Amino acid sequence: MVPLSYYLLLSGILFVCGVLGFLLKRNIITIFMSIELMLNGVNLSFVAFAAHWQRLSGQVFVFFVMVVAAAEAAVGLAIIIAVYRTRETLNVDQVNLLKL
Amino acid sequence: MLHLTLFLFFGTICVAGAINLLVQRHPINSALSLVVVMASLAAEYLLLGAEFVAAVQVIVYAGAIMVLFVFVIMLLNAGEEARSGGSRIAILVGVPGVVIGAVLVAWVLLHTDTSQGLAIGALPGGPVPIAMLLFHDFLLPFEVTSILILIAIMGAVVLASRPEAGARRKESSAPPEETRELVAAGKDH
Repeated sequence: MVPLSYYLLLSGILFVCGVLGFLLKRNIITIFMSIELMLNGVNLSFVAFAAHWQRLSGQVFVFFVMVVAAAEAAVGLAIIIAVYRTRETLNVDQVNLLKL
Repeated sequence: MLHLTLFLFFGTICVAGAINLLVQRHPINSALSLVVVMASLAAEYLLLGAEFVAAVQVIVYAGAIMVLFVFVIMLLNAGEEARSGGSRIAILVGVPGVVIGAVLVAWVLLHTDTSQGLAIGALPGGPVPIAMLLFHDFLLPFEVTSILILIAIMGAVVLASRPEAGARRKESSAPPEETRELVAAGKDH
């Protein structure tokens, strides 16, 4: 038996790691991976709450989160490729203008 | 007891992978440690009984999405991240924030009821009950997500295609530069 709070703590740690990576990292691809980490942390709490309340809809929501994450990854990586093509850099410090 | 041991084992791997993602400076190392995080999360889902979610986690997240990431990292030949100087404001705001967060987490952990918990396979989430939910109660959201995916695919193709690709196709109908020069040279003679 594992208390629900342990699962929530693990999910919180993953989310905080994602936030830290988002704020601290300078590489645009790593920032994107941190967002995926945050989504994973939220998914874990969804599944834990689904088991706690005995409702399967929590697991269906995880499915939807994964679909949105896949769409986000496809569009985001295309944007990264477009940014790299115009600026030749992946460092977000040097990507500070909307228009070249 | 077995459940708690397995939870702690995979949870430790998970947190170690997440911290390694932050520490590594090369994006390919971060991507590989994210794969570790996702695989151990799939094991955590299995412990909770969510079999379908665990399978989808491995196939979609650790498979498809991470392959996309690694592909883009290698396509763009991403090198090591440049170091940037830390700011004073980050330390001034961040250190008290971390302390407050740690105190809150410790307080919640000390005051939670740990007598009742989740057993192994607390809620069996095989493909059949999930499919019954997905295609009955959540049919409209399911169809809407399929449209979302379609739009995302088209957006990705449009964004990643070269902007001059269309222009070059128009130019190719006109004779290339070299032949035009040769024709002009022939007229002179």
